[in-house]
Amino acid sequence: MAKRLVTIGNGMVGHRFLEQMAAKGADWELICFCEEPRVAYDRVNLSGYFAGKTAEDLSLVAPDFYKDNNIQVHIGDKAVSIDRVNKTVTSAKGVTISYDKLVLATGSYPFVPPIKGNDLSGTFVYRTICDLEATEAYAKDCKVGVVVGGGLLGLECANALQNLGLKTHVVEFMPRLMPVQVDDAGGATLRQKIEDLGIGIHTGKSTTEIVADEHGRVSKMLFADGTELATDTIVFSAGIRPQDELARQSGLKIGDRGGIAIDDNCQTSDPDIYAIGECALYNNQIFGLVAPGYRMAEVAADRLCGSENNNFTGADMSTKLKLLGIDVASFGDAFGKTAGSKVIAIDDAVAGTYKKLVVNEDGTRLLGGILVGDATVYGTLLQLMQNQMALPPHPEDLILPPRSGASMAMGVEQLPDTAQICSCNNVTKGQICTAIQEQELRDVGSVKSCTNAGTGCGGCVPLVTDLLKSELKKAGIAVNNNLCEHFAFSRQELYSLVRSQDIHSFQQLLDRHGTGRGCEICKPAVGSILASAWNDQILDAPHVGLQDTNDSFLANIQRDGTYSVIPRIPGGEITPEKLIVLGQVAKDFGLYTKITGAQRIDLLGARVDQLPLIWQRLVAAGFESGHAYGKALRTVKSCVGSTWCRFGVQDSVSLAIEVELRYRGLRAPHKFKSAVSGCTRECAEAQSKDFGIIATEKGWNLYVCGNGGMKPQHAQLLAADLDKETLIRYVDRFLMFYIRTANRLERTATWFNKLEGGMEYLQDVIINDSLGIAAELEAEMAHQVATYACEWDVTLKDPIKLQRFQHFVNTDVPDPNIVLIEERGQKRPVFEHERQLSQL
Amino acid sequence: MSQIESIQPTTQQWTTICPLDRILPNTGVCALINGQQIAVFRVGEGTDVYAIENYDPFSKAYVLSRGILGDRNGIPKVASPIYKQNFSLLTGECLDDSTVKLRTFSAQVVDGQVQVKV
Ligand code: SRM
Ligand SMILES: Cc1cc2nc3c(=O)[nH]c(=O)nc-3n(C[C@H](O)[C@H](O)[C@H](O)COP(=O)(O)OP(=O)(O)OC[C@H]3O[C@@H](n4cnc5c(N)ncnc54)[C@H](O)[C@@H]3O)c2cc1C
Ligand code: SF4
Ligand code: FES
Repeated sequence: MAKRLVTIGNGMVGHRFLEQMAAKGADWELICFCEEPRVAYDRVNLSGYFAGKTAEDLSLVAPDFYKDNNIQVHIGDKAVSIDRVNKTVTSAKGVTISYDKLVLATGSYPFVPPIKGNDLSGTFVYRTICDLEATEAYAKDCKVGVVVGGGLLGLECANALQNLGLKTHVVEFMPRLMPVQVDDAGGATLRQKIEDLGIGIHTGKSTTEIVADEHGRVSKMLFADGTELATDTIVFSAGIRPQDELARQSGLKIGDRGGIAIDDNCQTSDPDIYAIGECALYNNQIFGLVAPGYRMAEVAADRLCGSENNNFTGADMSTKLKLLGIDVASFGDAFGKTAGSKVIAIDDAVAGTYKKLVVNEDGTRLLGGILVGDATVYGTLLQLMQNQMALPPHPEDLILPPRSGASMAMGVEQLPDTAQICSCNNVTKGQICTAIQEQELRDVGSVKSCTNAGTGCGGCVPLVTDLLKSELKKAGIAVNNNLCEHFAFSRQELYSLVRSQDIHSFQQLLDRHGTGRGCEICKPAVGSILASAWNDQILDAPHVGLQDTNDSFLANIQRDGTYSVIPRIPGGEITPEKLIVLGQVAKDFGLYTKITGAQRIDLLGARVDQLPLIWQRLVAAGFESGHAYGKALRTVKSCVGSTWCRFGVQDSVSLAIEVELRYRGLRAPHKFKSAVSGCTRECAEAQSKDFGIIATEKGWNLYVCGNGGMKPQHAQLLAADLDKETLIRYVDRFLMFYIRTANRLERTATWFNKLEGGMEYLQDVIINDSLGIAAELEAEMAHQVATYACEWDVTLKDPIKLQRFQHFVNTDVPDPNIVLIEERGQKRPVFEHERQLSQL
Repeated sequence: MSQIESIQPTTQQWTTICPLDRILPNTGVCALINGQQIAVFRVGEGTDVYAIENYDPFSKAYVLSRGILGDRNGIPKVASPIYKQNFSLLTGECLDDSTVKLRTFSAQVVDGQVQVKV
């Protein structure tokens, strides 16, 4: 008969352990006690619960996993005693089970400081889904919340309270936030950033008492310095303590400050009992992170399956997190405790960043560091430290903005095979490279599923991607430019095939040059190419199925499946009459209105069936589609220019309107934007646009390839002091050249950065016609301009096209899932947690 | 996410939802049948139709009928219009996250009418 292995605790580590056992297919009868009312879930992402994730979303256990693997789990039953002599475990529900081997994976419990009033109604902890449910229910009637503890979890908890709509405070006993991970300067930067978010921070505060109101509910906190703070609820997040109660009772060896002592094998002082995860104490250290727990789970599973080659040797406690949207990282010897170590720190109060490196005595090796406000170099620094790599001659360059544009990024090639790439799942560079070679992996998705790297916090995905690229390059596999599995061509190649072979539909192109049925990558790309080349209506029958949902309903989809409506307002100029129409339409359809970042007005919350009715009204009032949904021209922003402004040297509004009307509806590899400023003060921010125009005394300067958004980049001067005709000619050529040659979803700035020869080359093509294609480009543009028609206007006239604007094909009722609530006098979609409330 | 409910096969029946030409080739529509939102797709120009839940578990919106159709390694699929996860039209499985599976329904075209069995 199989021997019996009992596991106590079905948390993150207990579950990982059972998964390992199942995967090894060992001959054990597996039984587990699970105190919580549900099986293991992702505690690391617990806060996601307040952001709309359900308990189901957080679950770590694949459906039927325990059943399929014959693992018996006693859900909601706590183990209450261990009899080591008779080798049995007894549970709260009275079950007694004998074991051959026992694994303790009981995790830890939140520490609640011994303050008078710490058990009043309205006090909570932050550890389990049940805790969160209780906090959420209570918080409904609260306005103010306090988190006791300014550590990692405390700040996360503060974020959660703020999301629940409470005015939130953090009370920390130590003089700074995150005392374990960051130093005083880092703590100050962090504090500033968190205060900017509207969270009150009170450091160096020792709470002496929590005072109740007449109903016995929390009402205020008193501090040792005589101050007080009124609050409706308190969440304690003042640290964790290993859950070692059972082990204590049964006489296992326990550390002085708690924790079940284990050795390299994860064995406790009783060789038949193992301990793993947060309850375990190794080398007098407990690990409050999940990765070391996963390592222990592996080691214990190996031992129990008879393998000896894997030891637990401690774990790295480096952490990187994004708290409330603020990067914080701390790694290695962050406080410079190593003898002779030196510190390089940059405290940039302007940027709100703090970066510190701890290096060894001669400055050749990195020992640790702290990053607050910007942790982009964390991956590189961690690798330098873990692999004891030689530092560059000026280590400060690692944390300074790059000088003279040189990139400090370290090539993955330099890393040794033993370098740990994914710390969540302990995957090394060697393992990833072997998997890429042996299993012939060709994309990041398969590397993730084959190696598990990148499937935890996701922080290592950029490194994994670099590794894949470098491996493929080494293997001589051209990192191909193929659009997707259906076309072995790049976008540029497909564009020239479409033009040169006069191809007018996706099916034609697929039949001649592709395979399969296409996908969400090639269909919109080809749809866009066809539109750039021929300007057919995108909702015509053969094209409609190619479009992204935004294009296919001529509006932008929102998170709840409703749409936004953004009519074109050329140059940002609008009459009072038209403003009134927008207001009236918004009112009649109950839409949320907002001025966009691009000088126009967004009406949000339209159901798909309302879109044609709304546009009927707008088109009648002289509005056109604004193409906010398309990879097409967005807006041409303007400043008032010489019409009003005392500094304006040209009429920027008129030119902006003319340019916007010329290029409206033009489809391109990505969206593109423009602006016209009336003088060098540049109020329209033309130099952040794909093409920008700035008035001069003598004419117009044309700037190209700028970008706002994710990676801002200034546009560069293509030509100066142009008259209007020349300006338009250059823009025609520039845009068509971009449309011909860019990759899918590549904006002009990215395209330009890869263009060999840079600005000089581009000037040669556009101004000197070095490729001899200028006339072609202009003719192509002329066709586009001549065949423009407002997509909404065309659609409204076509009953077949309108049929699609209905949520259900077989009834007129709207989507019942759409629920809006009011905020600041307007409607917005509910968040998941509000949905449940609104349905009560 | 979504688990097969214990609907007895005997209680299932075919419901006609619309004429075939209401579904443009290579697009989808959504039908309301017994209070359930079901996405019905027409793959190709002919009578090849598939039905799965309209619910996108990733965005929690009922939008899959508005996704782009296609195939991955020959498996017909739809990509969610919100965050682009792909679902097999044959099995309802999420091709980007094997822990997620949607319900599928039988669909057919009879006398030019699209029918779904629920
Ligand atoms: C509505 C609006 C925000 C607002 O309330 O102000 C907005 C909303 C969206 N932006 Fe934007 N952007 C808006 C102005 C901007 C601006 C400002 C501007 O245009 O002057 C920028 C920076 C300028 C730039 O693009 O260089 C901007 C940079 C982005 C980016 C980043 C692009 C990049 O190259 O880095 C994205 C993502 C993308 O396109 O891939 C994006 C994508 C989006 C999407 C489409 C995201 C999405 O897929 O849902 C949002 C559509 C919402 C909707 O349904 O309307 N939005 N977005 C603005 C609409 C302007 C308009 O009238 O059309
Ligand atoms: C809000 C929050 C955010 C976090 N963020 C991060 C992060 O970003 N990165 C990171 O690495 N870590 C993070 N952690 C820590 C991480 O969750 C833990 O390291 C991990 O859960 C430890 O796993 P475990 O299995 O040892 O303990 P647990 O997950 O706590 O599981 C122990 C389980 O055993 C049960 N149990 C205890 N006693 C008994 C008994 N006698 N009988 C039966 N069952 C019992 C408990 O009820 C519990 O379900 C976070 C934790 C929290 C609470
Ligand atoms: S910045 Fe733009 S894309 Fe991001 S949330 Fe705001 S509107 Fe959406
Ligand atoms: S480091 Fe978290 S997923 Fe790899």
